[in-house]
Amino acid sequence: MILTPESVAKIKEKMGKYPHHKSAILPAITIAYWQVGHLNEEIYKEISKIINIPIVEIAEAATFYTMFPKEPVGKYLIQVCHNISCALLGADSLIEYLENKLGIKKGETTSDNLFTLISVECLGSCASAPMMQINDKYYENLTREKVDKILEDMKKQA
Amino acid sequence: MEKKILFKYIDDPNQVDIDTYISHGGYKALEKVLKSMQPAQVIDEVKKSGLRGRGGAGFPAGMKWSFIPKDSPKPRYLVCNADESEPGTCKDRVLMERDPHGIVEGMAIAAFAIGSHQAYIYIRGEFVYPARMMEQAIASAYGKGMLGKNIFGSGYDLDMAVHTGGGAYICGEETALLNSLEGERGMSRIRPPFPAIEGLYACPTVVNNVETLASVPLIINNGAEWYASMGTEKSKGSKIFSLSGHVKRPGNYELEMGTPLSYLINDLGGGMLDGYQLKAIIPGGSSTPFLLPNQIDTPLDYESIAAAGSMLGSGAVIVIGDKTCMVWVIDRLIHFYKHESCGKCTPCREGTGWLLQLISRIEHGEGKPGDLEKIDSICDNIFGRTICPLGDAAVMPIQSALKLFRDEFQYHIDHKKCLVKSEFEFK
Ligand SMILES: Cc1cc2nc3c(=O)[nH]c(=O)nc-3n(C[C@H](O)[C@H](O)[C@H](O)COP(=O)(O)O)c2cc1C
Ligand code: SF4
Ligand code: FES
Repeated sequence: MILTPESVAKIKEKMGKYPHHKSAILPAITIAYWQVGHLNEEIYKEISKIINIPIVEIAEAATFYTMFPKEPVGKYLIQVCHNISCALLGADSLIEYLENKLGIKKGETTSDNLFTLISVECLGSCASAPMMQINDKYYENLTREKVDKILEDMKKQA
Repeated sequence: MEKKILFKYIDDPNQVDIDTYISHGGYKALEKVLKSMQPAQVIDEVKKSGLRGRGGAGFPAGMKWSFIPKDSPKPRYLVCNADESEPGTCKDRVLMERDPHGIVEGMAIAAFAIGSHQAYIYIRGEFVYPARMMEQAIASAYGKGMLGKNIFGSGYDLDMAVHTGGGAYICGEETALLNSLEGERGMSRIRPPFPAIEGLYACPTVVNNVETLASVPLIINNGAEWYASMGTEKSKGSKIFSLSGHVKRPGNYELEMGTPLSYLINDLGGGMLDGYQLKAIIPGGSSTPFLLPNQIDTPLDYESIAAAGSMLGSGAVIVIGDKTCMVWVIDRLIHFYKHESCGKCTPCREGTGWLLQLISRIEHGEGKPGDLEKIDSICDNIFGRTICPLGDAAVMPIQSALKLFRDEFQYHIDHKKCLVKSEFEFK
């Protein structure tokens, strides 16, 4: 099993919130994603057994939603918003700054598997631009100084 | 002018706790409704208040509720739309993070009004912290008997749950949202049937935006007349505006409807960043047409913004300064709409792809003579011909930019570079 007993329990709790089990697909995928960091066939299989929905239906839904990487990513998934409000305040140069700092291009993962850098559409944080999401947290009103500190803290923690 | 009604306690860090919320008069409106009002009276009150949907379309909330069939044997559902993904919009998040009980209470009142016993709030998946705040608020409301069985001893039962999404803008569109909530791919449905007749699980359903529902307890507590005394003839009450872009103090500001745009941008927002002159304003989220500097005194209400040639939309005001290339702006936006098209209908699926190709080639200095006419024609062929409004949303800013800033596009094609280079650097 990839999914931990805690994740399985959370999924079962979610199932109880809907009159139809199919509605638990997205919550289940989400719970799996926050545990594992990405999704794959093996995970769909496990979810399929827990919520009793055919695996194709799980895969069909999962592949629609771009928030969940379908392959392993670094321990920290850096998602920089490149949409308009952030772009107006320098999102492109923020991405460039991160690329240089991490020594990777957008879409790549550092060789120590610590950071993956991607850019994404608006994250609903437009009045605190430029911003990025790393795993489940938002980092807003970014400056070079702030970015340096965030990355350093993460390297220390790792 | 600034009018903090929804935002009255927004700066109180304890407002998220149910006891503080109650000490500020919270759940009084729900109690009043359950103990002394009939569902039809609640609908009437909301109708009289003039409250209109804050998710983008501005549809009268009370009227939407009254479309739920009275005699249907099926269960009914109330769904709160917290997908918040129209670029520029970041207001619902503030309400969820700082006053989640206002949303729970508004949802409960709306659910009672339409005879629903199950409510969901659909929150975009990236909003992990807001979702946690909503989960906590719902759990503590259950704990105090304000959700669940026999609420306030009235005999009325209501269950409520959080459902999180997976990062798709289209899931903010109400029928795609319902599909997503059912565990399907988040693709829009052909209407009719409308959700009021066949919504979630093919049952009568009302979908309302977070801010719309959060306004409901205020209306019940203070009366429809009080709410309707604010704003303009057809745009009542207050609304939260998300101010972003090249201004000194971006942020979420709650204003009385009809407040001039200039008050938001200059008085509250502190005006343009140093070294920037105003070039264009997107008044209602990235899908709405641009306004020009000479329209800065336009009142922020549905009718005035429409008369100025744009839409109030979600109230996301994006301010664009002079050192910004409009081809670059449009390239950014069409990239977004192409990415978010659900692919169900051809004009939007194919059309946004062609538009992206053409616009991005102009942006990268590879535009050809005739490209602008091609773009015009593709836009005409998308507009009004799609299953859901995402198609229109994609073309409106393009058509507007081609009308107002056509010279910049032409220059890009002729000279293979920007007329005005975008030059904001992150420091
Ligand atoms: C592409 C698209 C995206 C939308 N996104 C949202 C959204 O994120 N939040 C929202 O409340 N409404 C959104 N809407 C509007 C909803 O379809 C619906 O009209 C709204 O939730 C109804 O609530 P209201 O009447 O309270 O505004 C979107 C519409 C479209 C076409
Ligand atoms: S307009 Fe676009 S998003 Fe809407 S149904 Fe058609 S393809 Fe999907
Ligand atoms: S545009 Fe970046 S968060 Fe909205």
